[in-house]
Amino acid sequence: MLTILFDGVAYGMLLFILACGLTVTLGLMNFINLAHGAFAMAGGYVTVVMMNRYGISFYWCLPAAFIVSALIGLVLERTLYQWLYQVSHLDQVLFSIGIVFMAVAATDYFMGGQQQLINLPPELSGRMDVFGVGVGRYRLFTIIVCAALALALQLILSKTRFGSRLRAAVDDRRVAMGLGINVPLVFALTFAFGSGLAGLGGAMGAEILGLDPNFPLKFMIYFLIVVSVGGTSTVSGPFLAAMLLGIADVAGKYYVPAIGPFVIYALMIVMLIVRPNGLFARGGR
Amino acid sequence: MSVLPQEATMVATSSPTAAASRAAKLMKRRSRVRFYEIIVWLAAIAAFFVLPSKMLILTEIAILALFAVSLDLVLGFAGIVSLGHTAFFGLGAYIAGLVALHYVAEPVVGLLAAGIGAGLLGFITSFLILRGSDLTRLMTTLGIGLMMAEMANQMAWLTGGADGLSGFSLGPILGMFEFDLFGKTGYVYCLVVLFVGTMLMRRLAFSPFGLSLKAIKANPMRAGMIAIPARKRIVTVYTIAAVFAGMAGALLAQTTSFVSPDVLAFHRSADVLLVLTIGGTGYLYGGIFGAVLFTLVKDWLSIVTPQYWMFYIGLILVVLVLVGRDRLARWIEYLPEHLSKSKEEGR
Repeated sequence: MLTILFDGVAYGMLLFILACGLTVTLGLMNFINLAHGAFAMAGGYVTVVMMNRYGISFYWCLPAAFIVSALIGLVLERTLYQWLYQVSHLDQVLFSIGIVFMAVAATDYFMGGQQQLINLPPELSGRMDVFGVGVGRYRLFTIIVCAALALALQLILSKTRFGSRLRAAVDDRRVAMGLGINVPLVFALTFAFGSGLAGLGGAMGAEILGLDPNFPLKFMIYFLIVVSVGGTSTVSGPFLAAMLLGIADVAGKYYVPAIGPFVIYALMIVMLIVRPNGLFARGGR
Repeated sequence: MSVLPQEATMVATSSPTAAASRAAKLMKRRSRVRFYEIIVWLAAIAAFFVLPSKMLILTEIAILALFAVSLDLVLGFAGIVSLGHTAFFGLGAYIAGLVALHYVAEPVVGLLAAGIGAGLLGFITSFLILRGSDLTRLMTTLGIGLMMAEMANQMAWLTGGADGLSGFSLGPILGMFEFDLFGKTGYVYCLVVLFVGTMLMRRLAFSPFGLSLKAIKANPMRAGMIAIPARKRIVTVYTIAAVFAGMAGALLAQTTSFVSPDVLAFHRSADVLLVLTIGGTGYLYGGIFGAVLFTLVKDWLSIVTPQYWMFYIGLILVVLVLVGRDRLARWIEYLPEHLSKSKEEGR
C-alpha cells in the first residue's frame, strides 16, 4: 500500500518535471504545444545514446539531456514557434501535431522502433527497506531530484528578477514591452528552459515510463491533464495535479487493471467540466 | 461580401416585408448550387468509368471525404476544434461490424445503426464541450477519443481487442447489389452515401441554422444577444456531425469487412484535421477536395517511404501552418473571375 503510494509519488514527480515546461508555454504564453513530449523524448534518447554507445556515467547524462533539449527548444522557438504565438489555436494544434509526427518518424528512422533500455548505476538500482516499506532506490532518487527542481522553480518564478519579468510579460505583453522588458527574449529563454526540463524528465523517466518513438503521443494526454487540471497560474497547481495523477494512475493500474486508464480520463473530463480553468485557478480570469 | 454594408442599409430603411424578402433572397443566393459542385460530382462519377482499377483508393477517398465533411460542420461552422472526432468514426465502424457479424448482413441497416449509435454518443458528449475555452474542448474531445480507443481495446469479448473484428461478410445492398471483388459496388455505395450525406449537411449549413452557427463561431456573446441559443445549436450540430462520422466509419467497416482498433487511433483525428486544412474549412467541399489530395499524397508517400510517411505528413502540416492556412484555402480566388466569384459568396 505504502509502496504504491511511494511509486505514485515518484511517477507524479516525473510527470511534473515533464509537464511544467508545458505549463509555461501553454498557460503563460497561450500556445497549445502538443509537441512537448518530443522534447522529453529528445532528452531520453540523448541519455540512451550517451550511456549505451559511449559509456558515459548516468549523472553526466542528466545535465546533458537538459542542455540538448533546451538547445533544440531554443532553436525551434526562434525559427518556428515565435511566429505562431498570435495565430489561432487550430493552427497551433496542427503545427505541433506536425512536429510530433516528424519527431516520431525521425526517431524511428535513426534509433529504431524498439523500446530503449538504460542500465542504471548500481547504487541506484534495487530496493531498500525504510521503516518496513519497500522503496526503490531509483524512485527515491527521482523524488529527491524532482522535489528540489520544483522548489527551485517556485523560487525562480516568485523571487528572481527573471521570474517577475516573465510574469509581467505574460500578464500584459504590451505594457511589459513598454517598460523595457525584452519579451521575445524572455519567452525564448522560458521556452528553452521548459524544453530542457522536459528533456531532463525524459532522461530520468526512461527507466520508469519507458522510451520508444511513440513517447510523445503516448504521454501527450498526461501532460495536458497535468496542465489543464493544475491550472497555469502557479507552480504548485500543476505540481499537486501531477501528484494526484501519478498516484491515481499507479493505484488504478495496480488495483483495477482492467479499467485503469478510464479512471484517469474520466477524472480529467469531470474535472474539466467542474473547473474549466483548472483546480487551482486564479479567480477573475 | 463587399456589397454587404449597402444591403444592410437598404434592409434597414425598407419595410419589414421588403426586408424579409431581401433576406430570403440573400439566403437563396448563399445556398445556390455552384459550378464547382457539379464538377466534383461529375468527376466522381467519371472516375468510376475511367479508373476501374483504382476502386479501392476511390472508396477510401469517399469515406475520408464524408468523415472530413462531417468534421467541417463542427469545425468550420461551429468553430469547435475537436481532436476526438474519430471516436464517432470508430464507434460507427464497430457498430456496423457487430451488426453484420451478429444480426443482419444487409449493409444499409448497419449504416443506419452506426449513424444512430454515433449520434447518441455525440449527443451525450456534446454537453461536455459546451463549457470552457478551446483548450478545454480540445482536451475533452481528445479524452473521449482515447477513452473509446481504450474501451475497444479492453472489451475484447465484444470487439476482438487488438486483433480487431473480422470474419463477417456483407449481403447485397438492399438485397439487390452484391459486393464484387473489384470494389465497384463498394465505391458506388460509398459515393451515394457521401452524396446524400453532403447534400443533407449542405442543406443544413446553408440554412439560417448554418448562418447562426457561423455567428456563434465569430462571437458567441453577440450571437446570444440576437437571440441565438448557442448551447442548443452546438448540441444539435455536434450530434449531426457525429451521425455522419459514424456512417463514414460504417462504410469503412463494410467495404473492408474488417474493423481494427486503428479506427479509433489518435492519428485518424489528426489526419482528418489535416484533410480540412488542405481543403479549407467552412464550405463543406473542403473536406472532399482535401480528402482527394490527402489520400493521393499519402498513397504516394507510403509507396516511396513505406515506414516513414508519417514524417512527411508532419512536414506538410508544419509547412501548411507556417505558410498560412488562409492563403491556401483561398486558392479558388486565383481561378478565373466567374468561377471564383460564386465561391466568395458561399463563405
